Amino acid sequence: MLEFRKDIFADERDDNLIEIGQPTQRQDILGHVTGTSPFYDDHRFANLLHLKILRSPHAHARIRSIDDSAAARAPGVKRIIRAADVPVNLNTLLSLIQFGKDDEPSLAADVVRYKGEPILGIVATSERAALEAMALVRVSYDQLPAVFDVEEALKPGAPSVNPTYPKNTFEYYGKYDHQKLRFGDVESAFKQADLVLEDRYQMSPIEHAPTETNGSIAVPDTNGRFIVYTSTQALFFSLDTAAKINAMQSNQLHFIGGTVGGGFGGKVDTMTEPLAILAARLTGAPVRYRFSRHEEMQFGSPRGAERISIKDGVMKDGRIVARQVRAYFDSGAYTRLSSYAVVKCVAHIPGPYTIPNVHADVYCVFTNRTPATAMRGFGVTALDFALESHMDKDAVALGIDPLEFRILNAYRDGDMKAHRREAKNCALIECAQVAAEKANWPLRDEFRRLSSRQGGGPARTGGAADRARAPAIAPAAAPPQPMPQRVAYERPTPAAPARTPPTPPPRSAPPPPTAPTPAGSTHGAPRFSSVFGTRRR
Amino acid sequence: MKTPIQFQLNGEEVAAFAESGANLLDVLRESIGDLSVKGGCWQGTCGTCTVLIDGAPRLPCVTLAETCVGKSIETAAGLRRGPDLHPLQHAFMERFAAQCGYCTPGILMAAKALLDRSPNPTRAEVVDAICGNICRCTGYEPIIQAILDVARGGDRRRA
Repeated sequence: MLEFRKDIFADERDDNLIEIGQPTQRQDILGHVTGTSPFYDDHRFANLLHLKILRSPHAHARIRSIDDSAAARAPGVKRIIRAADVPVNLNTLLSLIQFGKDDEPSLAADVVRYKGEPILGIVATSERAALEAMALVRVSYDQLPAVFDVEEALKPGAPSVNPTYPKNTFEYYGKYDHQKLRFGDVESAFKQADLVLEDRYQMSPIEHAPTETNGSIAVPDTNGRFIVYTSTQALFFSLDTAAKINAMQSNQLHFIGGTVGGGFGGKVDTMTEPLAILAARLTGAPVRYRFSRHEEMQFGSPRGAERISIKDGVMKDGRIVARQVRAYFDSGAYTRLSSYAVVKCVAHIPGPYTIPNVHADVYCVFTNRTPATAMRGFGVTALDFALESHMDKDAVALGIDPLEFRILNAYRDGDMKAHRREAKNCALIECAQVAAEKANWPLRDEFRRLSSRQGGGPARTGGAADRARAPAIAPAAAPPQPMPQRVAYERPTPAAPARTPPTPPPRSAPPPPTAPTPAGSTHGAPRFSSVFGTRRR
Repeated sequence: MKTPIQFQLNGEEVAAFAESGANLLDVLRESIGDLSVKGGCWQGTCGTCTVLIDGAPRLPCVTLAETCVGKSIETAAGLRRGPDLHPLQHAFMERFAAQCGYCTPGILMAAKALLDRSPNPTRAEVVDAICGNICRCTGYEPIIQAILDVARGGDRRRA
């Protein structure tokens, strides 16, 4: 049976959630089971041409010369597209929201920076004709030293991957080489802690592997515009990106999509539309650019790999008094969305736990690997794996039940987060209690009685709410050690002026508390709002 | 060099000229226009394009079109009879057994092959029947349940 605890979110969501637990049908399910849903490649055009891309076999190399003369004469070939044909051959996806510098060419002009980087396009009457012509292209390379490890890439003398960011790190606000989080004083807290635990976690890149590969068809319209059928997950994002790269106005492009054969984040990169449109412009014919399965798996951007080191200071009574995180996000050769992933990662540290001393440094690092992109909670998922693995290790080392350990440290309403925002509408404790009940996981009575409300548990951190709290739990082992806790945080008065973006990290001045009770629901928050710190709560 | 080929598609005689070496997937989609057959890997590994050839599940992306002359081919486009959906289609709709829908036609055909030869399969037989079909969204459990619903005659719960 489902039980809705709407009391917990009373001032956050105004919808009734009546759909949860009820059978329902997708609005597009009839098309799916009859095979009539209109995926991009289910549109048919007379005289369709096909674009295939010659890709770099090297992770890092200078292109000395390209001889495509034989390919241009091959049967069925209509056009060769070279780097010089691309109107704006440098772009970064988030330039649409003024975040980051243009760093990635659509077709590599002089240097290739990852294995699989596009170099040359061949437009032909069939995919087969394009591939046969591609075999006739002769490219001569000078191989360059490559770097594949995030920490190696940061060492002095490491090969410089991306000339827009020669130090191999993304630049935040034009001057910071990483994102910082500073709260309290971890060094003093580590000295006071009963136990300090440190470990390192490494995730691999993960390919989304949608059953429908990335692709699009660009069709010249009769009014100077182009209709683009696409597999993209981000229709208007792709439209604006394609317009920028082709030096066109957005209203010259008509994108048709919405039926996506699996994306999971792997179809937000605008991988095919700009060159399909360019090919259609150069030939005057409809052009399809469809990834083969090999291209999708080898060159389609994956979830980025992350390396995360965590150091926790804990007390015998179960309180976490300090958490230090150092993380490296492997962006691959270009930025795409990894800069944003790092912002999300830092925003998620230290996890949903009230910890009085937090210190984090997170780097967006360029290596000669396939550029990474969005995938289901990217920036957060891997961090959560690391944090929660580490939480379990903390609990084992302390001899405390891991679930009780989480309940003890969970955010409660009124706690001060490491980002200097007050926690509200907290529900981790209640979720843990329900999960324990359903899993028949034994929780001690005092932990069943705790709540996420203000005063719902023993004092821990000196957050605003803790001053009002009465200790409720006798410590399992040693008595609580007096800690040099911060008991007050500077906060601006409600009259303080709103922060003027962009504020570079580290943010020395805390933002004003979000005073008004949120009216209405919070869904619909802009996807990238956290980049600018405009996100609610 | 193009070769004329003729076969039955969902009970109807169809004919096309196939490029020498063309696979059945391209002939079905590009020459005949049956777009219910989806390409996923073009190398015989993902099961997305599964159709039935003389009742057996086959992968058209690695089937030479010329080998299909005179054979009977069934695709997802032929599952419904006029306005009436096949029980498997009903069950997939009710069980939420599709999310993006791209693998669905292939899985429906793999399931039909199973039920045509074994109307009351065990769960293990259902799993075995769709083990060559990759789904990346929904997970396989709703799909397995939908197929078992049909086997048990439970597909008209709400229809």
